Amino acid sequence: MPKSRFASFGRFRRSHEFWLLIVILVLCASLGAANGQFLTMQNLFDLLTSYAFVGILALGLLVVLIAGGIDISFTATASVAQYVTLTVANAYGANWVCVFAIAIGIGGTLGALNAIFIQKLRIPSIIVSVATLNIFYGLLIFFTGGKYIYSLPDWFATGIFWFEFDWGKDTSYGVNLQILALGFSFLFTWLLLNRSNIGRQIYAMGGNTDAAQRLGFHVFGLNMLVYCYMGVMAGIASLVQAQLAQSVAPTVLVGKELDVVAAVVLGGASLMGGVGTVLGTFLGLALLAILQNGIILLGVSSYWSPFFVGLVILISVSATAWSQRERRTRSARP
Amino acid sequence: MRNASTLALRGRLIRLAGSGTIATLILLLVALWLVFAITIGDRFFSVNTLQSMAFQMPELGILSLAMMLALLSGGLNLSIIATANLSGLTIAFLLTHYIPGTQGIAWAGVQVLAIAAGFAVAALVGLVNGFVIAYLGVSPILATLGTMTLCKGLAIGLTRGNVISGFPEPIVFIGNGTVLGVPFALIVLALCALPVALMLNATPFGARVYMIGSNEKATRYSGVDTRAVLLKLYVLSSLLAGVAAVVMLARFNSANAAYGESYLLVTILAAVLGGVDPFGGFGKVGGLLLALIILQVISSAFNLLNLSQFLTLAIWGGILIAVAAVPHLGGKAPR
Repeated sequence: MPKSRFASFGRFRRSHEFWLLIVILVLCASLGAANGQFLTMQNLFDLLTSYAFVGILALGLLVVLIAGGIDISFTATASVAQYVTLTVANAYGANWVCVFAIAIGIGGTLGALNAIFIQKLRIPSIIVSVATLNIFYGLLIFFTGGKYIYSLPDWFATGIFWFEFDWGKDTSYGVNLQILALGFSFLFTWLLLNRSNIGRQIYAMGGNTDAAQRLGFHVFGLNMLVYCYMGVMAGIASLVQAQLAQSVAPTVLVGKELDVVAAVVLGGASLMGGVGTVLGTFLGLALLAILQNGIILLGVSSYWSPFFVGLVILISVSATAWSQRERRTRSARP
Repeated sequence: MRNASTLALRGRLIRLAGSGTIATLILLLVALWLVFAITIGDRFFSVNTLQSMAFQMPELGILSLAMMLALLSGGLNLSIIATANLSGLTIAFLLTHYIPGTQGIAWAGVQVLAIAAGFAVAALVGLVNGFVIAYLGVSPILATLGTMTLCKGLAIGLTRGNVISGFPEPIVFIGNGTVLGVPFALIVLALCALPVALMLNATPFGARVYMIGSNEKATRYSGVDTRAVLLKLYVLSSLLAGVAAVVMLARFNSANAAYGESYLLVTILAAVLGGVDPFGGFGKVGGLLLALIILQVISSAFNLLNLSQFLTLAIWGGILIAVAAVPHLGGKAPR
């Protein structure tokens, strides 16, 4: 028993996630030493709250990437879901269950549309999602005129605040809507990918679609599920973002899709399909969040933040590719 | 009887449409022209309309060429816009700092040197892309995502998001002047498209690019130094982004870290609409130019009809799906 645990640790030690974890720990330690504010509960809660939107989308994209596809239309899906849901809530009144049901329904429908184009018309997923991004977004702005919604229902604007507790004298923390949604998304995605039969099928299909088809997997159904899942995540993320921003801005989400892609691929998911983990995605997201947060806490002008993010992406993907190449050469010449 | 002949006609039409993207695109263009000729009338064919179309096309056109080169090799270049903005800002900075007070040869020299410096920046980004992709084996989408963020970050960090504007006459002419009624920017596009087409179709380098796009491993085993080819290709792609930078800053008479960002996915859309296989190996410059004309015709016509430019975006997306679906509808086996 200890031996197998040792072996699995050895496997973990060689994995992408391990190195990511080391980098994050080093970063955390040095940032904590440099600025006392970094390693505080408040900062942790703030980070989780502000990165919930990207994180939830990243989980949806992770599932799509593992299945061997790609989707970049999710920002447009989120914009549509957000706009329609809160317009309906403003006009007819609603509650939390209602708004989430509507947003999830819209997200799922738009995701299903992607899956149908990809599977039934046999168009590569990258083309479909570039096209649907433009279609969803273009139609949304055409019909709404790009107008912002500032007046949200009161209960929505107040949000959710659970398990409130005090820390120190005048600060209190609680699990808000953003953290709650992020937590549930992580839990559910982990269950889907690691503890369900469907999850194994998604990995297998991403690894080799032809083989999966010949084994009798229902490839169309699986793809439908995967792209709907991405859409559902976009729907949830859109509400989380609207609640945080306290407004609905139809034009601000589109253009952020590559940030989400960056988080997922930093976490080790492969664009070739079949590879990627929930832990890796979490670490990729954490790396980006800590980096951007740390730059601000260190007093560097936030104008320079994308530069450092770009540098880290470039170094990280290069190092990963380099170490994989080294390992291949070593195994080729034992 | 009549039914059979319509069926035959339909079959022939589908076969014609499916016989190549170029044929589909020409049919589509003719159809669009007919529709817009009926709905808009003479105004659609006026010199003014044609000239404004010719002014708007080159930026997207040159950027799409840059994207196309990367796509042909089975890659992707997400950093073209960021590269263009960074090299545009370099040119703009040099122009606004060294032009005032100069005359004659020095005045002309500064402009030439500024543009040269812009190309040097673009080439440098291309070298980084090419090295990371070809020699380190990073997937192109990740590598260029990194350089995209890096270049944009550098541009924002150095300018703090500000606009640099106010350039001398000859520079502004590149974006706004005409030669015999033809916009100079369109001539620049032609001067980019022609050599690229020649390079792809008539040189060993071009053949190697297509081979790499079809099967990189097989190409390497057949004795081609695929890494050198890829490095060169990404430098070329970046240099085209540099040309686009000159056209862009000339047209707006200004440069900024965030110009043209919405073009990024549109360049992929244009290239794929033009028949470039997103997985590499197939695609012609002619197809891309046709796709660009189609996109521009729709955009200009919608403008004349007073329809929102966002509806244009949606229609572009719809057309991309329709054109990509044609081979499948014609009964041809999907790739």
